[in-house]
Amino acid sequence: MDKPYNNKAWFLVLPVFVLVALSAIIPIMTVVNYSVQDTFGNNQFFWAGTEWFEDVLRSDRFWDALNRNLLFSFIILCIEIPLGIAIALTMPKKGIWVTVCLVLMALPLLIPWNVVGTIWQIFGRADIGLLGHTLDAMGIKYNYANNIFDAWVTIILMDVWHWTSLVVLLCYAGLVSIPEAYYQAAKIDGASKWSVFRYIQLPKMRGVLIIAFLLRFMDSFMIYTEPFVLTGGGPGNSTTFMSIDLVKQAIGQFDLGPAAAMSLIYQLIVLLVCYVFFTVMSNVGVDKPDARVSE
Amino acid sequence: MASITLDKLAHSYYSNPKSDADFALKEIDYKWENGGAYALLGPSGCGKTTLLNIISGLLVPSKGNIRFDGNDVTHLQPEDRNIAQVFQFPVIYDTMTVRQNLAFPLVNRGVPRDEIAKRVAEMIEVLDLSGKADKKARGLTADEKQKISLGRGLVRHDVNAILFDEPLTVIDPHMKWQLRTKLKDLHRQLGHTMIYVTHDQTEALTFADKVVVMFEGEVVQIGTPEELFDEPAHTFVGYFIGSPGMNIIPCKINGNTANIGQASINLGGSYKASEENTELGIRPEFVSLSTDKKGIPVKVDAVENIGRFKIVRANLEGHAINAVLKEDEPVPADPTLKFETGRINIYKNSHLVRAGG
Repeated sequence: MDKPYNNKAWFLVLPVFVLVALSAIIPIMTVVNYSVQDTFGNNQFFWAGTEWFEDVLRSDRFWDALNRNLLFSFIILCIEIPLGIAIALTMPKKGIWVTVCLVLMALPLLIPWNVVGTIWQIFGRADIGLLGHTLDAMGIKYNYANNIFDAWVTIILMDVWHWTSLVVLLCYAGLVSIPEAYYQAAKIDGASKWSVFRYIQLPKMRGVLIIAFLLRFMDSFMIYTEPFVLTGGGPGNSTTFMSIDLVKQAIGQFDLGPAAAMSLIYQLIVLLVCYVFFTVMSNVGVDKPDARVSE
Repeated sequence: MASITLDKLAHSYYSNPKSDADFALKEIDYKWENGGAYALLGPSGCGKTTLLNIISGLLVPSKGNIRFDGNDVTHLQPEDRNIAQVFQFPVIYDTMTVRQNLAFPLVNRGVPRDEIAKRVAEMIEVLDLSGKADKKARGLTADEKQKISLGRGLVRHDVNAILFDEPLTVIDPHMKWQLRTKLKDLHRQLGHTMIYVTHDQTEALTFADKVVVMFEGEVVQIGTPEELFDEPAHTFVGYFIGSPGMNIIPCKINGNTANIGQASINLGGSYKASEENTELGIRPEFVSLSTDKKGIPVKVDAVENIGRFKIVRANLEGHAINAVLKEDEPVPADPTLKFETGRINIYKNSHLVRAGG
């Protein structure tokens, strides 16, 4: 069949091109531009090649921040994914409590990052915060401003409090879409509760879990507001994640070249991890293509 | 394998049913013989799935009890009843291979490993799934998946009965026929008691030795396909079974004859005259058209040719009546109707009455 060709059709996609160019391509190209040039002021730029990239990759500052990010995302995923699944499993499937639970779950998601940060920052203060004061009264030393461990615990708590609901809602959507017949068949097959989870609920939640995992990974990997509000990256550099470091370099020190190089590397890492994860997860439990051919 | 006795069984989804209409399943008393193939046939919402769920144990009846081989199982859980059920949509365990799927019920019951391997291998053979035994079950077609759900029941040797809840709904038409034949074969080979729920009369009549016809929560007739065709016990059965269904026409009984308006029809037997709502039922297959002046004059509304035969839609004294004619039989210009005398059934208040009664 011949497809009709009409070059006027390009005009129809033109608005999208313009929008994407303005919102994505031009800003990114600006960053690429900065990353390969050097300047001594007066708006004069010199070609620098891959110099900034080499600098960034050689600096301890970058690797420390990257390690902090990876550790943080790892902890967040290890807590939020299982916790989200567990909460979703205990939520009611019908009745008036469904709405109540869903609204309660959605509440934290409606609160802006900096507000969450402020809430916990005050909550954890020993002088006026409920949590900080209570712990203090119980004789437990807790001070996020000068104890690295306490600062990390506080930021992790914030993120878990803020974002576990998202995982819960996604998992819940996956769970309620499982037809009743599966549970009935499992009952007839004599399956235990664990088997029902392992062989029915978990496989049926796979799709939403991939989404939940990707969203939580990307979001936690780009964490900025919470540590910024809490300690501004401290104590010391202990909560200086890549995004905070980036802002320090770009806006604090006005080192546009290294900052641009770093942000490109940052973006590539996120893309790479997401791509690898998505490919792996999509292929888990699927017959290998060659096995299918040999039918 | 077991016989299943339904003892004064009834179910209502209301906690406090007041009238008959509140019952989704009206009182039923019946014994399903060991090794029989039964079909529960009826339109949507007639209570057939309710009855099936009571037998499988997913639902506890509000009244009466149910016995397997004389043992009361009314309050037993599905897993303790040793039944298998195949659902409308194929239920398979996505992450497992075909082999693992079939082994699952045995693994859960702690059957020894080599015994499982042996039985699963047998079952794969029986179900014609040999080439796909080690493939993930989710890549299979709908009919293969349905075979697996069936296999998970058959693989348990001690299974009391196998229940089918409209199992062919999502199967392609050309595979339906094959799968149905397979079911029939398996029934012959393994001799399990099988209960098959459907709203499709072809499925019911070809699968079952005995068909249970349900209507508005009530079992209106239990019989062989022949009985359902020749002597429907209820006007609903006459109408529901057969395509097109039985002609049901209000009439007045006068000894040996029935009067429909001006026309009078010889019944071949005497019926008591009655004030109750009386109807005459005759299958379109036993209505013939001719130009014989002794017949009953009718007006032909339409003729539908459907391949091997034609359906003549006619009007008899204001009542619609269908006749089935052979493909090459001509439809006369001013036709008259003739009913085959022995094939006329008389209904009072929708229930069959016999001559002399």
